[in-house]
Amino acid sequence: MRENLVVVGNGMAGMRTVEELLKLAPERYHVTVFGAEPHGNYNRILLSDILAGRQQFARTFLHDRPWYETHGIRLHAGRTVLRIDRVRRQVIADGGIAEPYDRLLLATGSVPIRLPIPGAELEGVVTFRDIADVEAMLAASKVRSQAVVIGGGLLGLEAANGLMAQGMTARVVHLVDTLMERQLDATAGNMLRRSLEARGMAFELGAQTVALLGDRRVRAVRLADGRELPADLVVMAVGIRPNIALAQEAGLYCERGVVVTDTLQTYDPRIYAVGECVQHRRATYGLVAPLFEMARVCANHLAELAHNFYAGAHVSAKLKVTGIELFSAGDFAPGPAREEITLQDETRGVYKKIVVEDDRLRGVVLYGDTTDATWYFDMLRSGRDVSDLREQIVFGQTHLGDAGTQGLRSAADLPDAAEICGCNGVCKGEIVQAIASRGLMTLEDVRAHTKASSSCGSCTGLVEQILAATLGGAYSPPKAKTLCACTEFTHEEVRKAVQANGLKSIAEAMAFMEWRTPDGCAACRPALNYYLLAAWPGEAKDDPRSRFINERAHANIQKDGTFSVVPRMWGGITTPAQLRAIADAAEKFQVPTVKITGGQRIDLLGVKKEQLPAIWHDLGQAGLVSGHAYGKALRTVKTCVGSEWCRFGTQDSTAMGIRLEQRTWGSWMPHKFKMAVSGCPRNCAEATIKDFGVIAVESGWELHVGGNGGMKVRVTELLCKVETPAEVEEYCSAFIQLYREEARYLERTAPWIERVGLKYVKDRIVEDADGRRALNARFLQSQADRSDPWQARAAQQVDRNEFTPLRGQGLTV
Amino acid sequence: MTDWMEIGVLEDVPRRGARVVRTPRGEIAVFRTGRDELFALDNRCPHRGGPLSEGIVHGNAVTCPLHSWVIDLTSGKAAAPDSGCVTAYPVAVYGARVRLFLTPVPNATHSGEVA
Ligand code: SRM
Ligand SMILES: Cc1cc2nc3c(=O)[nH]c(=O)nc-3n(C[C@H](O)[C@H](O)[C@H](O)COP(=O)(O)OP(=O)(O)OC[C@H]3O[C@@H](n4cnc5c(N)ncnc54)[C@H](O)[C@@H]3O)c2cc1C
Ligand code: SF4
Ligand code: FES
Repeated sequence: MRENLVVVGNGMAGMRTVEELLKLAPERYHVTVFGAEPHGNYNRILLSDILAGRQQFARTFLHDRPWYETHGIRLHAGRTVLRIDRVRRQVIADGGIAEPYDRLLLATGSVPIRLPIPGAELEGVVTFRDIADVEAMLAASKVRSQAVVIGGGLLGLEAANGLMAQGMTARVVHLVDTLMERQLDATAGNMLRRSLEARGMAFELGAQTVALLGDRRVRAVRLADGRELPADLVVMAVGIRPNIALAQEAGLYCERGVVVTDTLQTYDPRIYAVGECVQHRRATYGLVAPLFEMARVCANHLAELAHNFYAGAHVSAKLKVTGIELFSAGDFAPGPAREEITLQDETRGVYKKIVVEDDRLRGVVLYGDTTDATWYFDMLRSGRDVSDLREQIVFGQTHLGDAGTQGLRSAADLPDAAEICGCNGVCKGEIVQAIASRGLMTLEDVRAHTKASSSCGSCTGLVEQILAATLGGAYSPPKAKTLCACTEFTHEEVRKAVQANGLKSIAEAMAFMEWRTPDGCAACRPALNYYLLAAWPGEAKDDPRSRFINERAHANIQKDGTFSVVPRMWGGITTPAQLRAIADAAEKFQVPTVKITGGQRIDLLGVKKEQLPAIWHDLGQAGLVSGHAYGKALRTVKTCVGSEWCRFGTQDSTAMGIRLEQRTWGSWMPHKFKMAVSGCPRNCAEATIKDFGVIAVESGWELHVGGNGGMKVRVTELLCKVETPAEVEEYCSAFIQLYREEARYLERTAPWIERVGLKYVKDRIVEDADGRRALNARFLQSQADRSDPWQARAAQQVDRNEFTPLRGQGLTV
Repeated sequence: MTDWMEIGVLEDVPRRGARVVRTPRGEIAVFRTGRDELFALDNRCPHRGGPLSEGIVHGNAVTCPLHSWVIDLTSGKAAAPDSGCVTAYPVAVYGARVRLFLTPVPNATHSGEVA
């Protein structure tokens, strides 16, 4: 039987919890929602934009009334809950409505603080919290001209900015000497003040308001030093206080907020609380990102899954004033062990401060250029060791190339017509439009509705910037992503579960981890198949049905449904006999196009699926095997001529390439894997943009890792130098095995190394000799029963069904 | 007038897979789901004609191998936010034999309207 869930508070945190809950357990509860405001749930953050005339209220709904109806949720809009009767387990709202609950969710938000000074109740004195406040300010701005805003924090400045946009003068009175002192240090605070002054905003800093003057309506603001500032509208934006009255009255334990545990339960286990009304481990929050995380965890417990715990959150702040770029996160107060790295460029109006402690990022303040905000924030949250970036960190991510976006990385600077997603032809204007009109909040939403960033993903950073710019702080960058919508576990969690619980088949894994769909989707099945094969070589059975067609048919599908066939040419070396065999096959099967690939071998394009086994058979006769050009596997090992012929060659790079390719071919990996061996530092084989690149020098071999030449060019980093060819082979297999065991499916070595850090890889491969040998041994074991898939299909007729159509009989017309 | 063809037995189509049948109406893909239900669609993705028979089958849907549209096997409709539809045909098992009917499932071709 369904239980009753009653939600008090129809705001951003409460409704996000309901939404998450519906995803997890749509049938579990009858949901009833009380909201004191007479609307559906709107995006409170956009109030600043409504005030500034950049947004209309009707477009800010996250959940409009039809949404509640479609989901069978009873909404009491405009009803305030007055009392909770914990004994009878019911809530009583105004109008005498009583609703029984089995579980109760408190999401009452917070209340704006009104200074307890004389005149605070005068007409024309407002706070800035809900749409009614904004409507009052908009109405006043039509007939009044002088606004004073008390409070120089985020909300106060956005209010002042909005009122100026409505034609009023705005003066901000702030108690301390720096604006937004909780988010900014003095330097950034002063830069901010100067640029707001340049726009016409006036400031009284270090000034205390002692009274508001006027008879019925406010006329002036009196400061402690006796001065009086004329005002016909006063906005109090001096802070918020968790709204705990209801909980307190019901006898729930409260301090500053309603105290909750890591499962978002109050001291009454039937009552949960989320949002700004909550106090968790001494902290209260006033920005949505952590509240959305609470919502996710709370929904998980309401659905009785109990997998997630709320562990607090890092918050970041941005100011939503057009033309001002400002970002702040973490803690940047000075401390004995803290190191501050700053960059100040007066002419460009750029200031950056990065605070590092114990090799971790602790805080960041960016003013004037927030291009790298996401990058810094990610490092801050992940607690990644940044010692390897120490030199460049303050310059941002600039050492990384970015071919797909012509080097432009600041989405805010782009015109609406700029194409953001080259794969799907989506321009910036469309994305902004979709975010605004459909209330999109996440990268996934944007992908689903616009297709931007849903293909190659190289524009993901730009789309995230557009999201952040359009939504302001409402945008919470994805945390650890789940593998796909079919599960709530991340890649790492799935992989661990497979190893720890001896799961050997996709069906077993899905049953164990309670997959939400009967047999997954095109994203999770290939990933699971890989994790199983990597964890249990020789034991887990490959599931061809969970492989992309290329890996199932062992050839590359083309746009017209035909296939391409690329045989291996070990280290780029071929013979007249092989070339003759390829030429013969091309003629015999009337292959339309024969092309030299970018990887030093030959591609036969336009082969029909039914022809594949036969053409493989012919190529196989000449000793050619599959080049895996279709697979998440070892691709090519590019070589140069090396010491055999070249006047500069220091070692036999060609022979080394052949050795490496013969050792590693046929190994399935998280993504494709490319290698190269150059005979000297002139590096004709382009080893420094490969996943594993070797450069020969007089005294041995330099091993380079983590390069990528594709969508986002990345140059390798030096792993180490070794002396003998045997060492090159051992290090190579150990590196591949580490990547095979630890990277996420579809993550190439470049992003993987950026995520875990080169130092980690060095520790495992270079410093830990026993570990390296063990990795090498596991790699060789996984290679033990490899066979050429072409040979198997051509000679032993494996998967014969795959290549022949069914024949229909008995047609009567 | 019946226009149907017998195309073999259930086991000829791999579970969570598909086989192609060449018919006077062109190539038709016959899918078998994880629950052993059979469905048939024109072997042309409504997006850019990708061979649906080569896609990954999951639930009652197939993901096109070319650009990953997800097509519903029962109706032939592309899953939102994509839109488009491919003709669906009835398939049935008689005893051990599978029959494919060449008269399209009525309302599948015109998104929602009954013919
Ligand atoms: C055939 C070839 C182009 C050519 O005619 O030269 C090619 C063709 C394709 N590349 Fe490539 N790439 C080819 C060399 C490269 C290279 C150059 C190289 O390997 O030296 C690169 C850049 C180097 C790198 O990978 O770091 C390259 C970067 C990509 C990428 C971007 C990868 C990235 O991590 O950014 C993709 C997309 C992907 O993998 O998701 C891609 C994807 C593809 C696919 C598989 C697209 C697809 O899914 O259909 C193309 C298959 C065509 C086919 O059926 O044969 N191809 N591709 C080259 C085959 C080399 C070989 O002998 O195996
Ligand atoms: C102008 C403005 C700009 C902001 N900008 C940003 C920003 O850029 N980035 C950011 O991250 N955050 C921003 N915030 C903060 C963000 O909006 C809040 O953190 C978030 O809305 C809090 O969610 P909540 O659900 O806890 O509370 P709310 O969204 O306030 O929802 C609580 C709801 O409960 C209702 N309620 C209370 N008591 C009762 C009762 N007894 N019975 C029935 N209903 C009740 C209230 O009426 C209210 O509707 C901004 C806030 C404001 C006001
Ligand atoms: S071969 Fe590579 S670069 Fe050329 S079109 Fe295909 S994916 Fe793009
Ligand atoms: S052709 Fe099917 S998705 Fe493009």
